[in-house]
Amino acid sequence: MRTPAADLAPAIVVLAVAAAVLPFVSFPAWVTLTAAGLAMGMMIFIMASGLTLVFGLMDVLNFGHGALVSVGAYAAMLVLAPVAAWTGADSLVLNLSAIALAALAAMLVTGAAGLVFERTIVRPVYGQHLRQILVTLGGAIVIEQLLDVVFGPDAIPVAMPEALRGSLVAGEIAVEKYRLFAVALGLAVFAAMFLVLDRTRLGLLIRAGVENGPMVEALGYRIRRLFIGVFVAGSALAGLGGMLWGMYREMLTPSMGGEVLVTVFIVIIIGGLGSVGGCFIGALLTALVANYAGFLAPKLALASNIVVMVAVLLWRPAGLYPVARR
Amino acid sequence: MPEALLELSGVHTHIGKYHILHGVDLAVPASGMTALLGRNGAGKTTTLRTVMGLWKASGGRVRFDGRDIGALATADIARAGIAYVPETMDVFAGLTVRENLLLGARESRMDPARLDWLVGLFPALEKFWNFPAGKLSGGQKQMVAIARAIVLPRRLLLVDEPTKGLAPAIVQNLLAAFRELKSAGTTILLVEQNLAFVRTLADHVAVMDDGRVVHEGSMRDLAADAALQSRLLGLALEAHS
Repeated sequence: MRTPAADLAPAIVVLAVAAAVLPFVSFPAWVTLTAAGLAMGMMIFIMASGLTLVFGLMDVLNFGHGALVSVGAYAAMLVLAPVAAWTGADSLVLNLSAIALAALAAMLVTGAAGLVFERTIVRPVYGQHLRQILVTLGGAIVIEQLLDVVFGPDAIPVAMPEALRGSLVAGEIAVEKYRLFAVALGLAVFAAMFLVLDRTRLGLLIRAGVENGPMVEALGYRIRRLFIGVFVAGSALAGLGGMLWGMYREMLTPSMGGEVLVTVFIVIIIGGLGSVGGCFIGALLTALVANYAGFLAPKLALASNIVVMVAVLLWRPAGLYPVARR
Repeated sequence: MPEALLELSGVHTHIGKYHILHGVDLAVPASGMTALLGRNGAGKTTTLRTVMGLWKASGGRVRFDGRDIGALATADIARAGIAYVPETMDVFAGLTVRENLLLGARESRMDPARLDWLVGLFPALEKFWNFPAGKLSGGQKQMVAIARAIVLPRRLLLVDEPTKGLAPAIVQNLLAAFRELKSAGTTILLVEQNLAFVRTLADHVAVMDDGRVVHEGSMRDLAADAALQSRLLGLALEAHS
């Protein structure tokens, strides 16, 4: 028997949205807007993908995720500062080496912070959504205040590596190099997550656990360890997203993660809670619509995320790619 | 009666503020099938879930193969050799049939001989091998759930209402599969409302009422005693043949 065809409708919607805007703007402006939307979408995806897995697998509403984004950005900055000569050098290899070191530091620090967060703050409130919201929000405030105390309340500038500054220009079309870098990194993260989830035994356990944790345990798997591992990995992805987001803004503030958290939640809701593929498409859709709206109807831009969420949930109430749940 | 493989002594289970099991005493003999009967709400499903550790007993003792398993985590109970097929089947809907079975096997690959045996029991498995389990019919899902539970050889299989809502032809398939499982030496504790199904399969029977076991004995004796059936179950098995 043939396996059912993949559901491509949400991806087609993203393409349709992009195509629908083309008649209203010049082609160079459309390319610039689309590249910016894709880059923003990839950054949001990286920040949101860990959160959606944590919610899907552990049923935990982690409002502290935004604070981990900020921690990642600051951890990356601490690495980038001493290697300023690398980021300032006119060498792509040195620039990318500095970014790789910063990304590693951001992921290690936020992964460790996530481990502490899960053990001390989240663990006592498993299965209690209201308490999860309260304690994780409290945890986020504590982390933000600690960043404030250590680094000060003022924005800290971050230098973007030299090779990623400026734009690639072809005729009238200009696309910022950093946005292309963000798109490439986002695609790489998505591909890696897809391979792990779809092609490995660990991924199989995670997908099964997202659907029905108790049944996975009844098959003989100690799912608590999996929970912790996914929480740590999700936190590390938040850190990687924080590094990207910080370099994009070229400045860091303790509240930068909290500011993006609402968008992250919208993305994981419209993607389908627990769905990495839905999170990916949802992030692209949200960011593209926000960018197009910001150009075509700036007054509507603030409401674009909400409009996208309402439209998607009217179409698919459980999200773009709903995860089958018990 | 043969030596008990599973033994519950004075087991109490609370779910939240509700006291569901009120001192269950039950012995499941090694080999053969024990049917757990009773009206809706008697505590049959809670008994299976308590054995599996999905709900923790608040009192009493659960012993499996002479070992106290009441304090073990669900995963360790499964690894001790007990498999569970819940009433809701709980196949992983987004995973293919192959992936569902792979999870049951707990290894990166399944034993080919065991797999051949399973496909012999449930030929539909092969047909839907790479099909998402969530897209299957109720009967096919039930086959996947049972196959997933026994893809590794188990000492004891707990099955909760496998025929619920299934077409008669599928029920006949399940009947044949359970017979095969019994002859392969698997001990089965079966909760079932389909008395005709139970009557043809079960060797032993326990009847629950209000969170307690109120009768234990052989299936043959219960099937031959219409008055006992009426008193325990409120109906006669003949009426369900």
